[in-house]
Order: sequence, then C-alpha cells, then structure tokens
Amino acid sequence: MASRPRRNKGLNHVAGLDRIVVILMMLVPTVLVLGLVWLPALGSVGLSFTNWDGIGPMSDAKVIGVKNYTDVFTIYPPFQPAITHNFIWLLVMFFIATPLGMFLAVLIDKNVSGSRFYQTSLYLPVVLSLALVGFIWQLIYSRDQGLINGLTGSTIDWYGDQRYNLWAALVASSWRHTGYIMLLYLAGLKGVDPTLREAARVDGASERQTFFKVVFPVLAPINIIVLVVTVIESLRAFDLVWVINKGRNGLELISTLVTSNIVGEASRIGFGSALATIMLLISSVFIAIYLRIVFREDSR
Amino acid sequence: MSRPTTEAEYLASLIPPSIRGVDRRTLLRGGIGAASVLAAPSLLAACSSSSTTPTSAGPATGTVTLGSNASDAVPKKALQTAIDAFQKANSGLTVKVNTIDHNTFQENINNYLQGAADDVFTWFAGYRMRFFASKGLAGEIGGAWDGIDGLSDAMKKSSTGDDGKLYFMPSTYYPWAVFYRKSLWAEKGYAVPKTLDELKTLGAQMQKDGLTPIAFGDKDGWPAMGTFDQLNLRVNGYDFHVNLMAGKESWADAKVKAVFELWRELLPLHQPDSLGRTWQEAAQSLQQKKSGMYVLGLFVADQFPKEEVADLDFFNFPEVDPAIGADAIEAPIDGFMMAKKPKNEAGALKLLNGIGSATFQGEIVKTSPGAIAANAKADTAGYTELQKKSAEFVASAKSIAQFLDRDTRPDFASTVMIPAIQEFIKAPTEIDGLLKKIQDQKVSIFGS
Repeated sequence: MASRPRRNKGLNHVAGLDRIVVILMMLVPTVLVLGLVWLPALGSVGLSFTNWDGIGPMSDAKVIGVKNYTDVFTIYPPFQPAITHNFIWLLVMFFIATPLGMFLAVLIDKNVSGSRFYQTSLYLPVVLSLALVGFIWQLIYSRDQGLINGLTGSTIDWYGDQRYNLWAALVASSWRHTGYIMLLYLAGLKGVDPTLREAARVDGASERQTFFKVVFPVLAPINIIVLVVTVIESLRAFDLVWVINKGRNGLELISTLVTSNIVGEASRIGFGSALATIMLLISSVFIAIYLRIVFREDSR
Repeated sequence: MSRPTTEAEYLASLIPPSIRGVDRRTLLRGGIGAASVLAAPSLLAACSSSSTTPTSAGPATGTVTLGSNASDAVPKKALQTAIDAFQKANSGLTVKVNTIDHNTFQENINNYLQGAADDVFTWFAGYRMRFFASKGLAGEIGGAWDGIDGLSDAMKKSSTGDDGKLYFMPSTYYPWAVFYRKSLWAEKGYAVPKTLDELKTLGAQMQKDGLTPIAFGDKDGWPAMGTFDQLNLRVNGYDFHVNLMAGKESWADAKVKAVFELWRELLPLHQPDSLGRTWQEAAQSLQQKKSGMYVLGLFVADQFPKEEVADLDFFNFPEVDPAIGADAIEAPIDGFMMAKKPKNEAGALKLLNGIGSATFQGEIVKTSPGAIAANAKADTAGYTELQKKSAEFVASAKSIAQFLDRDTRPDFASTVMIPAIQEFIKAPTEIDGLLKKIQDQKVSIFGS
C-alpha cells in the first residue's frame, strides 16, 4: 500500500537525481580540466611576462613585457640547439623507433617460435623508468669502464662528447620506445578479424599486400594512437637526458631548459615560463593536427 | 701592505666587500683588527640586541632535523661523528640528520627553503647566504652565537646578512690550489712551477712522460668555474674578479677575453673529454698517477684512500702577470643556517651553537681531511700535513675569494656561466661571440 506512492516519489526523485548526476558529470571534469590544466597553463603564460624569482608572493613579480621572449630568441645560447634536438628526437622516433616497433609487432604476430620470449624481452625496457634506462646505458657507454669502449678499444666519450651524445641518448630512448609501440601495435593486430586476411589470401594478395592494403587501413585507430604516443613521447623527452647530464652540453631539450631555469637554484620563473610557453605552442600545433584527424574520423 | 700572518687576520680578509663597508686596502693598511673594530660596532650591536630573544623561546629538548648536503662518504661520516659527540653531551636533544645528494640539495634549495625545510641546513657563506637572508628564507640565529669562543669577529661578519643580523654558523673552509702526488713528482723529478712558463714547461714534460698534465672533469658544470677563478685572479687580480662577479664589470671586456685566451692555451694540458667526466673521476686519475696535477679544492683528498692522503700535496696556482702576483686565492666557507620557521627553534639554536664550538669542528676536521675548522680554537692536533699546510696557505694569502657560484647571483652562475664555460671547453676558438652572449645575459639578469 505504502509502496506505490513511494515508488512514484522515487521515480521523480531519481529523475531529479539524474539531472544532478548529469550536471555533476559535466561540472567535475570541467572544473578539473580548468583547474588542473588550463589555469596552470594560463598562469605560466602570465608569468612569462614577469621577472618573478619564485620567492615570496607572486604579487612581487614585475611585469616586463616580452623581454623574456626576446631574451630567449636573441641572447640565450642553449635555446637554438634545444629546438633542433627536440626536432631530431621527433624525427628519429617517428621514422625509426616507431616503424621498428610496428615491424616487430607484425613479426611476433606471425607466431614464430619463441614469440612469447621475444615479446617479453622487447617489452621489458618499457617497465623500467627512463632514469633507470639512462643508468643501464651508462654502463654500456661509459668512456673509461663502458661495454662499447671495452669491446672496441675506442675512447669515445659517448655521453660526454656532444658529437655523439644526442645519438647515444636516442638509441637508449628508442630501445624503450620500440617495445612500447610494439606492444600497442600487437594488441591492435590481435584484434584484426582473421577472416579479412583469409579473404585477402583467397583473392591472391601477397603477404605484403595483405598487410598494407587490408590490415594497415583496418588498424587506423591504433595507427593514430601510435602516432600520438610517438609525438607526445618525443616532445616530453626529458628524464633520460636529465639523468645523463641535466640537458647540457649537446643534450639541450626545451623541457630541460624549462626545468633548469625554474626548478634549479636559479629560480628564473619568468624566464622559464617563457620557455614553457614556447613549448606549449609547439605542442599545440601537434595537438591541433591530432584533433583534426580524430574529429574527421568521428564525422565519417 | 702587510700580509695576514694569523688565522684571525685571514678570516678578517674573508669579509665580503658589501658588508665590510670599508675598502679592503684601508683595512689591510690600518691593521685588520683596528679597522674591523671601527667598522663593526653598529653591526655587532644589532646582532647581540636581538640575539637574546630566541634562546629564551624554551628549553632545547625534543628533535631537531638537520638537512645535510654532505652526501659524499667522507664528509657524511665526519658530520655524523661530530653529531654523535654533540648528542652525547646534550642528552635531551635528538638530532636527526637528513642527508640529501649534494647536487640535488643545491638545485632544490629554493623549494626546500620555502617548503618543508629542516630546522638546520648546510649552506655556504657569500652572496648566496646573504641572498637567502634578505629574501627571508632563513632564520636569524644571533642567539646561537652566544658563548662561542674561537670564532673571530671577522668570521662573525662573514656570517652576517645585509641587514646586519647573523644568519650563518661557519663550520669549515678549504682552499683551492693545484694538487699533486709527492711520490710521483719525486720519482719523475718535477719541481713546483712558480710562473706560467714553468707550468707550461712542466706540462710539456709530463706529456712526454705519458701523463695527462692537468686532470679535469666538468660534467657537473661547476668544477671548471674553479679554473676560471684561478686564471682570472692571476690575470686580472682580486678586485677585478670581485667586481666582475658583482656584475659591475663587463664580461665582454678585453681583460676577460685575456683570461679565456690563456685558458685556451692551457686546455691541451688538461684531460680531454672533460664534459663527460665528474670531478670524482678526475680526482681518481690523479690518485692513480695517470694525471700529474689537478686544480681543485682541498676536498680532492676525500677521493684518496686514507693511507695515500699523506702523499698528496699542493701548490698555489702559478703567477701569470708579475704586476698582479699570485697572492689572491679561493677559500670557500661551509656552514649551517636555520630555516625561517624551524619546528624546534630552541633546539635548532642549541645545535647551531654546538656546531660553532671548537669541539664540534675538531671532530669534523679529524674525520674529514678535506676541511679546516673555522673555529680557531678547534683541536688541530689531528690535522694531517695537508690540513696544516692548507691553514698556513690560506693565512698567507692577501685576498680570498669564495667561488664563482658563491660570489655571484645563483641564476647567473647556473643558467649562464655553466653552459657558457662548457661551450668554451667544447669550442675554445669562439671567445668573442661567447663573451658577448655572457655579457648580454648578464645585463638582462643583473638589470644593468
């Protein structure tokens, strides 16, 4: 008897609750994104026009216009190499490490004998932190006690000589990146409907044709993820280089310049923020390209 | 112009010009003791008037945390031994030492001081101490100086901030010089070079003997600053060096260029590939007799096994210009400061008071052959030959600088000078462009 009105009331109540839930679901992420992403980002942009030294209240900061930016572009020697190195990093990851990872994924997907073993060993570096990766390669690269120089008898200072250290760091970074991409791609390959390949084979397509004409297009979503992961990993490259030599002497990256200006004893928050803003702008270009691709996919 | 002959006179000459308020020459001419008495009273009065309040904050009990950058094995042990002795004498107080990697500590110092700083922390005298004091990041420790015997007035002044209050408790200092192994030099028949030409000849001889003349490692960015300081002190003298550090001189000046040109000339005598080598590795090449000499601080001794320290000796960096001479040296002071809001202020002051004492510093220098006690009354019976010689060496110097990154703004030292010097080591030919870039950045940072 009492249950019916309660149920009605309950329905109304749920409807009201739904509305609140929907509002909350919109509001909470919005607040989080605004508060944790956009506010700090805009804060950095704002600080980049000041000379704040990070000590005391932010109101002590003096607005100095675009001086930090003109300084970055005109009189800050490490900036130019940093841009170049970031770009090289991106190219190497994009054209070497990522395709290699995809290639390994395809090989392992063929179920060659011992594929489990290969899969595990190739993925192992991903489990390690980049800081640890840097240390492991230090044992290989060290000038006086390293493996390479020990075997070849050369005296090349792999991490210290600026002619080699970027490439040495890229090898170490690729070693890890390849395994990551391989696993991502392998997951995608496992999801490809086997009947597609069968159909292709029946139609007389070669292995290569099957992959490039059938499997690769089907994997479009995974391809985009791989692409995005590659770009993000390249732009945020930091830990490995920091472990090697704090991003100095041939290993300058924008991220390390930001850190050494802001986090270090230097505490040039304003100047560092200007560098961070430049990094944000460069990232935005890639984010915009990515979003365009994603939205085009969606609208199709 | 008389040279200081006692340690107290040496310490008097350590006072940075900004605090001294009196021209260094006047000081020396007028006799250091007399001049410092004239210059100091207001300063010292300011200290002592405010110094009584903190000690009455409460009894010194409970736990005091001590943030230490002494992460190398030898200094770490030295500090711990001294702290243990202090604990024994002050049973109510527990000292907890948090050792942080030396470079990490240095690089995070701003965040550390504004965040969860330990009650007492290791730091250096010089520009950087006064900088933190004036920014309100360190607590005034006048009370900790009460009843300390053996720290000279001069030492007191080098512990004073721009506002005339005490912020620093000196513990040890050490000189920079050219270090070598006596046994190796005796075996090869090398003699200590007194002039630049002799140094070059000696270097050439060492190369002929299959040695690297000068060990060198600048992976961390700061050790090469020491070489720059030595050369600048020899080529341009103390006054120019101090003004250059203070931002009053132009880095694009022909005088600075002369320093880098000389350095370029000497670079072939240095260990190659220095940018990938830490100072510890370079010191080991000296220890293993692969290198003939090494321009570094006395702490190089920490990289030597105990039984080999006796074989280590040093000489003053040779004279370059007879008009300038070779009587300016570097001897940075290490010590301790208090956080702006310590959790246990009474305990922190008690600990700092202990640190300043002769007993504490006697313990430190006994275990660490790379340091000399700041407290003149500290027991020096346990000094090694090297420590004794260091104390005399510092006492006989006419003027004493701290170190590039202690004498100038930290942002300038770390973001401009480290990359610039590394750039120079990498491509020693492009001096003009490099100096112009340093000068442009200096103007931007110093604001003039």
